[in-house]
This record gives sequence, structure tokens and C-alpha cells, in this order.
Amino acid sequence: MTGRVEGKVAFITGAARGQGRSHAIRLAEEGADIIAVDICDQVGSVPYPMATPEDMAETVKEVEALDRRIVATQADVRDYGALKKALDDGVAELGRLDIVSANAGIASYGLAAELDETTWQDMIDTNLTGVWHTAKAAIPHLIAGGRGGSIVLTSSTAGLLAIPNMAHYVSAKHGVVGLMRTLALELAPHYIRVNSVHPTGVDTPMVQNDASMRLFLPDVDNPTAEQYAEVMGSLNALPIPWVEPRDISNAVLFLASDEARYITGVTLPVDAGSVTK
Amino acid sequence: MAGKLEGKVAFITGAARGQGRSHAVRLAQEGADIIAIDICRQIDTVPYPMATPEDLSQTVKEVEALDRRIVAREADVRDEAGLRAAFEAGVAELGPVDIVLANAGIAPMSLHETHGAWQDVIDVNLTGVFNTVETAIPSMIERGLGGAIVLTSSTAGINGIGGPSRGGLGYTAAKHGVVGLMRSYANNLAPHSIRVNTVHPTGVNTPMVVNEAMQEFLAQDPSLSNAMANALPVDMVEPVDISNAILWLVSDDARYVTGITVPVDAGFTNKK
Repeated sequence: MTGRVEGKVAFITGAARGQGRSHAIRLAEEGADIIAVDICDQVGSVPYPMATPEDMAETVKEVEALDRRIVATQADVRDYGALKKALDDGVAELGRLDIVSANAGIASYGLAAELDETTWQDMIDTNLTGVWHTAKAAIPHLIAGGRGGSIVLTSSTAGLLAIPNMAHYVSAKHGVVGLMRTLALELAPHYIRVNSVHPTGVDTPMVQNDASMRLFLPDVDNPTAEQYAEVMGSLNALPIPWVEPRDISNAVLFLASDEARYITGVTLPVDAGSVTK
Repeated sequence: MAGKLEGKVAFITGAARGQGRSHAVRLAQEGADIIAIDICRQIDTVPYPMATPEDLSQTVKEVEALDRRIVAREADVRDEAGLRAAFEAGVAELGPVDIVLANAGIAPMSLHETHGAWQDVIDVNLTGVFNTVETAIPSMIERGLGGAIVLTSSTAGINGIGGPSRGGLGYTAAKHGVVGLMRSYANNLAPHSIRVNTVHPTGVNTPMVVNEAMQEFLAQDPSLSNAMANALPVDMVEPVDISNAILWLVSDDARYVTGITVPVDAGFTNKK
């Protein structure tokens, strides 16, 4: 049986682990080859360990185990030149570009009045400017291909509503929606569709870490996994603490496939009802 | 390969033709059995020919050609008792319902509309959706296995379009109302793991849109024409495009998606 994105090539940022790795695997399962980038390094203001080169090697291994090709490069989405080179090299090797997943993102915490300028700037540079860099690098390839395309920007429920202690994250993720809506209009004549996905908490290292647990359980000295699951679950309407990376990947896959050939300019929550709640 | 909906039963209103028939066929392709409802007769204020018993027979034929079972009944979504009898006949034959598609709708806007257009479109497009969900949910809750409900709204459920006529205003009001219903049901039913979402099509290539009365109505005001308004370079979308969005929403691929509005609108809403 033919895969749902058979023969296509997908560019995925933040692909070393978490949602990005899951997207790479899910799209590869359905027949796509992958151009993967990740910073594989720490950003100073981020209070949890970020991905490593070993994580990226694991993504490569898992995609290759599916008999798909993958070109993986260590690159920082804040560095447009490096990002563009990684993508251009990937397209040169894999021959085309059809799908873009601007997934790379960081989290950090603090009251708006107390955030230091570096923490604010790292966030905007990565979670907003990095998404623009990703689209900017990809658009010429998509237009040159002449077959349309699908760009999926990873926003958040924090791209649709406020979360205290995350003003910088909320601002960047709201900004992604504005970027998505504008790109959708600019690129519609080329049949390039642009949408955003809005996850609630996802079971990844960005969410499952001490800093995040302390944010959501500020009055508990040594929060347990059960306490954290309960407080995270209270954000959702459905009776679950968080969703799995694969749930976001299934939404990205739907938007990337021809099943969504007339869907553009849409914000798509995968959020267990947390926005409506 | 197993379908995405193997062993499930779907209750679909307005299933005789157009989007409803397409949903029945698409879900059956993925393994679902179908309870199909349609009024199969004319409502006076509707300025185009509505579905017929022959149309519903064609849906039956197409689902059965896929080796799936279908129970089809003529019923009016405005008539709670009739709708319930049809639902129960389907459940008796096919088993309990997992999926509900409240799709039945009318578009009574025209240059020569009658006074009753407002009330009819509210009754069918809003109260009919309410009746459909109310009919299905007690058994879904009692069974305790969750489920998925998709309400068909419209780009007119998000935007102030549809023109100044009684029918057009009623259509837009009803389709907005469907969003409020969806959000309330999503919250109320989440503890039961029953997910509720809406789809919002732009113009779809069906008899409700592609008919003389609608084309005449749209021609009077170029701003109403979808051909002018979609962002993607397409005049209309096809019924299967709406079916594919619904299939995603009701499948386990969207197991944690609830309370959301999904435009399938070629960028129409974003372009406004």
C-alpha cells in the first residue's frame, strides 16, 4: 500500500528528539524522506537539558530502519545562514522539497516583570524568528518545485491563550499564528498551504523536567510524577495528563497529506480540549 | 490492511447525497457500518430540489458495494421522535454507535425567498443538529467507550457572510450556533471521552450549492461568490475533502482532539 506522503521530502527542525523525532518517523512511515536539523546543544537560558548529537543519531537510525533516506545536520534555527545551508544541502541530496515542519522550540519560565533580557531574547529568537528562518529558507525550494506544498508551524495552546510565567513563550507562539496566517495568504497562489498546530502538554523532555514541574507545582517541595500528571491533566477537558508526540505527528501528517489539500490558514489544536475548556 | 474505523458504527444525517453520502462512503471504505438518515423530500422555503428516496437508495448501494452494512431511513432532523425511531432501528441491526455526523442542512437563500426561510433554516441547521446529538449521546455515555461527534458548520459559522436575506441571516446564525453547541458538548462530554468538533467547509461541489437558485443568488453580489473569495486557486472543494477531514477527526489519529473548529475552506476564512 502506498504511503500517505509517498515520495515526498520533509524538512523538520528540532528533529533530534521529542515531537520532531516523532514527526520524522511518522512521515517516514508514510513514505517521506527527511531533512533533519537540530541545534544539538544547550541554549543558556533553557532550564532543562536540550538534545544531543546522540539524540540526532537515534533519529537517523529510526528513519533508516524504515528504509527511508535522511540527511541530518546540526544547525541552530537562530542562524539563518547555517539553517539555509543545511536545507539546501538536503534538497541537493534528496532531490526535492514538499513538506516543512517548523518544530524547533524551547521553554523557560518567569514572570513577565522578572524575565531577564537574555531569556526573553533567546525565546523570541528560537520560537519565532527561528520559525520565520525555517519558512524563508524553504519557500524558494517549494516554489521552484512547482507542485505546491505544505508548511506546518508548531505553535502551542499558548499561541491561542495566556499562560502566566511564560509571557515570552506565549508571545512567540502567538507570533507564530500571525506568521502562519500571512504566509498562508502569500503562498496560496503557489498552492503552498500553511497551517499551525497547537499542542497541549506533550510527553517530551521539554515538558517532563524539574523546571516545568516546579512551575506547575510551586508550593510542593518534591513534586511526584503523580502530582504533576494531576495538575497537567487539570488543564485538559479530556481525562488525560498530556498527549503523546505521535498525536501531534498524526495531525502534522494529516495537514501534510493530500487529505488536507484544501486546508490552509488554519489553527489546529491537538489539546485534549484545553482551549475550549 | 485494516481500515481506520474497522468495527465502528456511524450515524449520519443528510446522507442521501452530497457531503452526507460522501461521508457514508468514505467511512465505509475505512470499515465502518452506517446508519443513514435523510428527509428525502422538499421543504417549501428551499429554492432547489432536495434529496429523494432514490438518492438515499444510491447511498445504500454504494456502501453495500464496499461490503459494509447500512440501515437507511427517511427521517426529518426536526422531528425528534422520528429521528429517534430511525436511530434505534439502526442500532438494533448494527449495534451501538461510535460516531455521529450531524450533517443535514439546508440553504434557503434566494432572490425570491419566502417569509418562513428564517425559521426553517434555524429548525433544520441548528435544532436539527441538537436533536441529532441528543438522540445519540445517552447510549454512547451508557456504553462508556467514548466516541466522536462532528457537527457540520460552515465558513458562515465563523464569518458574517450569507447576505441580508432572511434565509441567509438564518443560515449564518444557525451555523454560528452550531459552534456554541459543539463547544458546550465538548466540555460536557469530555469526562466520557466523547470528542466533539466542527468542520467549516467553503463552497462544496454539491446540489445545495451547484443549482440555479444559488448561482442566481450569488451572482447578484460578487462578494458572496466563493470563486472570488478562496485564497487557494480553486472555486469549490469536493465532498471527499470534507469527508477526509471528518475521517481524521473521528479516527484514533485525532484521539485527543476535541472542542475545535476545522475549516476546510481553501483559505477563505483567513483571507477575510
